[in-house]
Amino acid sequence: MSLSPPPFSVVSARKLGLTFETNDGPVHALSNVDLEVRKGDFVSFIGPSGCGKTTFLRVIADLEKATAGEITVNGMTPEEARKSRSYGYVFQAPALYPWRTIEKNIALPLEIMGYSAAERRSRIERTLDLVNLSGFGKKYPWQLSGGMQQRASIARALAFDADLLLMDEPFGALDEIVRDHLNEQLLKLWARTEKTICFVTHSIPEAVYLSTKIVVMSPRPGRVTDVIESTLPAERPLEIRETPEFLEIAQRVREGLRAGHSYEEQ
Amino acid sequence: MSLILRSWQGATALLLCLAALASLPMLAADAPSPFGGGTAALIFVLVAGAALASFANISAPLLATILFVCAHLAAWLLIGGLSGNEGKATSAFFLMIAASWLLAWRCVTVLSGIRAKSRAADTFLRLLIPTLFGAWILILWEAITRGAGIPFILLPPPSAIGARLAGSIPILWADVRQTIFKAVLFGYVVGCASGFAVAILADRVAFLRRGLLPIGNLVSALPIIGVAPIMVMWFGFDWQSKAAVVIIMTFFPMLVNTVAGLAAAGSMERDLMRSYASDYWQTLFKLRLPAAMPFIFNALKINSTLALIGAIVAEFFGTPIVGMGFRISTEIGRMNVDMVWAEIAVAAVVGSVFYGVVALGERATTFWHPSNRGG
Repeated sequence: MSLSPPPFSVVSARKLGLTFETNDGPVHALSNVDLEVRKGDFVSFIGPSGCGKTTFLRVIADLEKATAGEITVNGMTPEEARKSRSYGYVFQAPALYPWRTIEKNIALPLEIMGYSAAERRSRIERTLDLVNLSGFGKKYPWQLSGGMQQRASIARALAFDADLLLMDEPFGALDEIVRDHLNEQLLKLWARTEKTICFVTHSIPEAVYLSTKIVVMSPRPGRVTDVIESTLPAERPLEIRETPEFLEIAQRVREGLRAGHSYEEQ
Repeated sequence: MSLILRSWQGATALLLCLAALASLPMLAADAPSPFGGGTAALIFVLVAGAALASFANISAPLLATILFVCAHLAAWLLIGGLSGNEGKATSAFFLMIAASWLLAWRCVTVLSGIRAKSRAADTFLRLLIPTLFGAWILILWEAITRGAGIPFILLPPPSAIGARLAGSIPILWADVRQTIFKAVLFGYVVGCASGFAVAILADRVAFLRRGLLPIGNLVSALPIIGVAPIMVMWFGFDWQSKAAVVIIMTFFPMLVNTVAGLAAAGSMERDLMRSYASDYWQTLFKLRLPAAMPFIFNALKINSTLALIGAIVAEFFGTPIVGMGFRISTEIGRMNVDMVWAEIAVAAVVGSVFYGVVALGERATTFWHPSNRGG
């Protein structure tokens, strides 16, 4: 690799492209994506379906391979980064294993990575507390509500020492009340753990509320149309969503989406 | 009208009683020992009384008890009156049997409607209802075969089968040891284990997956029992040849089901394992095998029946002078049909126990599966 990412860069993409070969011809899921994610950032990716935001997250996670350009994760290739377990991934659905209790689910990555039993115990305790699920460790996933299940899956991603958290529309399937609550908790969690978070969403308020940096994407081909640095303070109560500052950023995101023709008939 | 609808079984039973009264006596005129007047009257009183009681506004448990006692006492008296009079029953007899049966039906209906308050009562009801149901199959079988004098060769009455069963316990036990404990268990364990092992191997080796699996799918649909005589030629008369048949019969269902089960884990769950840089065996043991368990237990259940069929039928083609299949094939030749039925009854019990044990294992292992969570 010839590129030298800037210091404190966690994810660094240069002219990144990914083309799926399908029976109907090539699909350009990502094209010419340049992006820098610094340590401690909370970066949201927003855009309509098909804009490549999830694909980009999967490239970072080495669940897809880029077909053009270069990308480094913690200064390594995505594959090296995955093999050195440098990120935790939260999927759209909780993906908890139904035959394991909540604490056994959180123990899963720890077992695979070879943590000792005592270490597992203390980490389960700590992460359950982080996501406010203390006391639910002995339950099975299907005995909990959807919001609790998704919190458990976040706990699972936090249980091992990865500084990078990749979240792919984690609250997409939840109702708005639960979602507001979880957004608030996620911000507190981010402040406490000082992780770098990449967060895919298609909700403008969610993106603006959570992020230090908002990446606006648009489809055909999937590309970045705008990168907005948030001017909101670090301390963000839910009411901040009524302030003019918040609405101004939301407006800019909306314009970015419009510029990418995201509102046109598809 | 609504009164009749309240218990149509009771109403019909009353009508049947009237019809039976009109066509008395209950045994043909040349019967050696006809019903005494008192016994016959008692039967009518029991049936008619219970039928009337089924219209009364009394508590369900009390009504069920009355129906239970009257219907079964009447049936017992009726069948008891048959001894020495086989084949002499008239339409009045069968009408009364039918009336008792309707009362038992009513009894089961009443019992089914009871909402048990305690756990023990619930379990008792869950056992009692199917037991009554099964008992009446035997009662009707007994009454019809003996009342109508059906030839013993065609269908012996259950009482004769039961007597033969009780009188031949040592022989039956020796047969069970030979067929079940040697051929079936050995063949089942080896067949299922090797099917499972080859499925894992096929998952690792593309050549096996592409070449063996289509053939496996084909073979698992074939009537493999046809190879039984060949196995007897290869492995001799003793239980080894039967175990070989069972191995071949159980191997392919296990192979095909395990392979399908290994593909059952969702893509998100696999991506999760990949994000942990989990190796092949960790993913296999922590994700794919647990996800495959419902499929594997499906194969184990199918195979529990197949193994029994395979071992019994294989014994038809040559065996030492012991074994369930051997007994069935020789006793039918000697017209000892009751012994054949006794052997079938034993096979049914063994098969149910076998299946039940596997099903219990399934409940304990796949408790998390949506189909098991509620119960």
